Amino acid sequence: MVKPHEVLCRSPAGLYCPPGDFYIDPVRPVKRAVITHGHSDHARMGHESVLATAETLAIMAARMGEGFSGATQALRYGEVVARDGVEVSLHPAGHILGSAQVKVRARGLCVAVSGDYKRRRDPTCAAFEPQRCDVFVTEATFGIPVFNFPDDGGEAARLLKSVAQFPERSHLVGAYALGKAQRLILLLREAGYHETIFVHGAVEAMNALYGRFGIDLGPLAPATVDKAKRGDFAGAIVVAPPSAIDDRWSRRFADPLPAFASGWMRVRARARQRQVELPLVISDHADWNELTATIREVEADEIWITHGNEEALLRWCALGGQKARALSLVGYDADEGEG
Amino acid sequence: MRAFALLLDRLAFTPQRNGKLTLLRDFMRERPDPERGWALAALAGELVFDAAKPAFIRKAVEARMDAQLFAMSYDYVGDLAETAALVWPAKQGANPGLDPGEPELTEVVESLQTASRAEVQRLLESWLDALDADGRWALLKLLTGGLRVGVSARLAKQALAAMGGVAVSEIEEVWHSQHAPYEDLFAWLEKRSEKPSAAAAGRFRPVMLAQAIEADDFAKLDPADYAAEWKWDGVRVQAVNEGGQRRLYSRTGDDIAKAFPDVLDFLAFDGVLDGELLVLIDGHVQSFSDLQQRLNRKTADAKLRAKFPAGIRAYDLLFEGDDDLRTLPFRARRKRLEDFVRRANSPRIDLSPLQPFASWEELGRLRAAPPPGDARLAEGLMLKRWDSIYEAGRPKGPWFKWKRDPHLIDAVLMYAQRGHGKRSGYYSDYTFGVWREDANGERSLTPVGKAYFGFTDEELKRIDKFVRDNTVERFGPVRVVRAGKDFGLVLEVAFEGLQRSARHKSGVAMRFPRISRLRWDKPAREADELATLERMLDAER
Repeated sequence: MVKPHEVLCRSPAGLYCPPGDFYIDPVRPVKRAVITHGHSDHARMGHESVLATAETLAIMAARMGEGFSGATQALRYGEVVARDGVEVSLHPAGHILGSAQVKVRARGLCVAVSGDYKRRRDPTCAAFEPQRCDVFVTEATFGIPVFNFPDDGGEAARLLKSVAQFPERSHLVGAYALGKAQRLILLLREAGYHETIFVHGAVEAMNALYGRFGIDLGPLAPATVDKAKRGDFAGAIVVAPPSAIDDRWSRRFADPLPAFASGWMRVRARARQRQVELPLVISDHADWNELTATIREVEADEIWITHGNEEALLRWCALGGQKARALSLVGYDADEGEG
Repeated sequence: MRAFALLLDRLAFTPQRNGKLTLLRDFMRERPDPERGWALAALAGELVFDAAKPAFIRKAVEARMDAQLFAMSYDYVGDLAETAALVWPAKQGANPGLDPGEPELTEVVESLQTASRAEVQRLLESWLDALDADGRWALLKLLTGGLRVGVSARLAKQALAAMGGVAVSEIEEVWHSQHAPYEDLFAWLEKRSEKPSAAAAGRFRPVMLAQAIEADDFAKLDPADYAAEWKWDGVRVQAVNEGGQRRLYSRTGDDIAKAFPDVLDFLAFDGVLDGELLVLIDGHVQSFSDLQQRLNRKTADAKLRAKFPAGIRAYDLLFEGDDDLRTLPFRARRKRLEDFVRRANSPRIDLSPLQPFASWEELGRLRAAPPPGDARLAEGLMLKRWDSIYEAGRPKGPWFKWKRDPHLIDAVLMYAQRGHGKRSGYYSDYTFGVWREDANGERSLTPVGKAYFGFTDEELKRIDKFVRDNTVERFGPVRVVRAGKDFGLVLEVAFEGLQRSARHKSGVAMRFPRISRLRWDKPAREADELATLERMLDAER
């Protein structure tokens, strides 16, 4: 019987498949890369060839320019490419537009790499599809039992209530430009908010890309001050990358009320550290219950944990007699990442 | 519970006073009686439950979940109630939003008031099952009495005032005749009924407070218009005896009589007195740390009362019998006060003496170098206009406080510990030391105190980085920071007073230490010596 690490193993550049000679989400330039999704800690520049979903390739091109990789190959969800006796397929991960799990089958052994994923509904991307496999390689960004996320509709409602309650202030919502921002905007639309939402330039670029893939975000406008006066944003919702909120950029708004949409906001001390006044617990990652439910569902012989808070998840696996180990991959922003 | 939980959550993250007022006002407008009244009582610190001790919460969680997983969770979050709220294993398939079992605040409060201890534990578990994480957090904070959302009783009263469009002093006036859930108060504020009567004997009268004086104020003020007296370093109180109703209130109107039965015994007068609560032995003021032994206690036994006898040093007289003196000028009230204290003839009630002065310069010298005796323990001086009426609140002009300058020393950062709450990711509690020379003439640092505020957020980030970059050793949450003759971070530490202490290795304990400046520029070897502190100690009395 083949050993799992002969199919997929840890290497300085990231997860490596020796028989197929490719890496998954490598953190440095390699000959052949399979990319799970477009966030910059997973999708990097300079590989000789990249295999990913068409959406992920489009995101990479939009963020890094057309020459981000030598060759590219787009794969549809569920489509299989076979080479040197290794089969690779991509399956929805539910994280952001185009995000995928990577399933590798070689010498009779199946390894599924989750990439970043979540289980709850997201109108901006395809829902996670659990893959039966021998080894399930999971992320564990929120692998502590305290991270159980509430219903995201309730979080959107809290934001809208605050907008009604403080009409003189601009609600400045920190949300990662790729994925979280678009999901948040759609959540607000679903909650019945049809006003113009103002966006930071970085968010605007990603909104346009989502638009090209048929996702309608409703009326949007750039949050620029060329013609506008400070007071013009009073009562408005502004969506910007989290870094812009701490930045001088946010000084253009009258009495801004800082909000932040992230799973990290589940813990109060985290929200206070960021000086957030309205923490919104909206995450594109699996929470504790989703992580453990997924591990149960895939019925793998072995669980490998790539990055994040693995200690508690390992303990949980041990309690249930589930074989598991931590890979402790570096280079992925588990802590201050997109959350 | 949901609306109350949302309110608490918003309050906890809203730093601005005005924002908090809006949240409170809207809540009281939106929520029905008696829920809003119970919420108000909880926020104003009027509801106290001691049914759920932290140990019970921990036990309840560990009965349902692996102790090690809980320990990891607690370690990550740093707050027991919050951890329990987040990890509580919810019933499978339950939808908390629609679950008919989700308790309302009113149900929780009313059940707790009548339930036995054993019942409370059963109720608590069923409530935790029915609530979502935010609801559980609010419930646990309510039960353990640690709301800590930055709402003082005064802010709650201001929100009431905003809701009803009345002055906050009107609320304070009637507050003590009202009881949770305050339905009469809300009826009045919503103009559905008359203002409730404040006539209850022994009620609290809102106190008058002083503004801090600024350097450029003096030029505008005539010394002849002002009386000066020491600002005693105790707790401001209002002592009441009206027709035999004896009360001892803090300056915010909290009844603190239970902790001071000895003081209550000495209120053998008929009137309302304003003064400073102090530990008084043979008419001499003792240090604030002595008074601290008596504060925040539910009771005081005979031993404690004998060791730290408390009394009142009188500043002002608000009522004499039925006679309301508050509209009289200070000069006239003072005369009445002097007679009143003389007639009361009590070993535990004395008069705060006035300090005559001719010029601000003269008074400044007195402040800088108080005469030996009690004045050495004063926080500074109070200035009161001779013609000032007794006005609730903190009006600008009639009363000023002129605090003593703090003591300053330069110390070296020795240990750092991670903070709590919003600082849980930062090393924000600092132990600092000064140089001590041993018998062989070797100099080493000895810790003299601990401070965790006085710096800006920017400075905190820099110190945090310094601590992380220069950690020599770690003991649990404490990091030992590199500090020696040739390397170390010098902190200028300000403090109010110094006492001998057997508990500290250095033999001294600081009162109210805080970081006043970061001396990145100063070499560690030039920080202060322990001998400097010891000299201050001698000068204190």
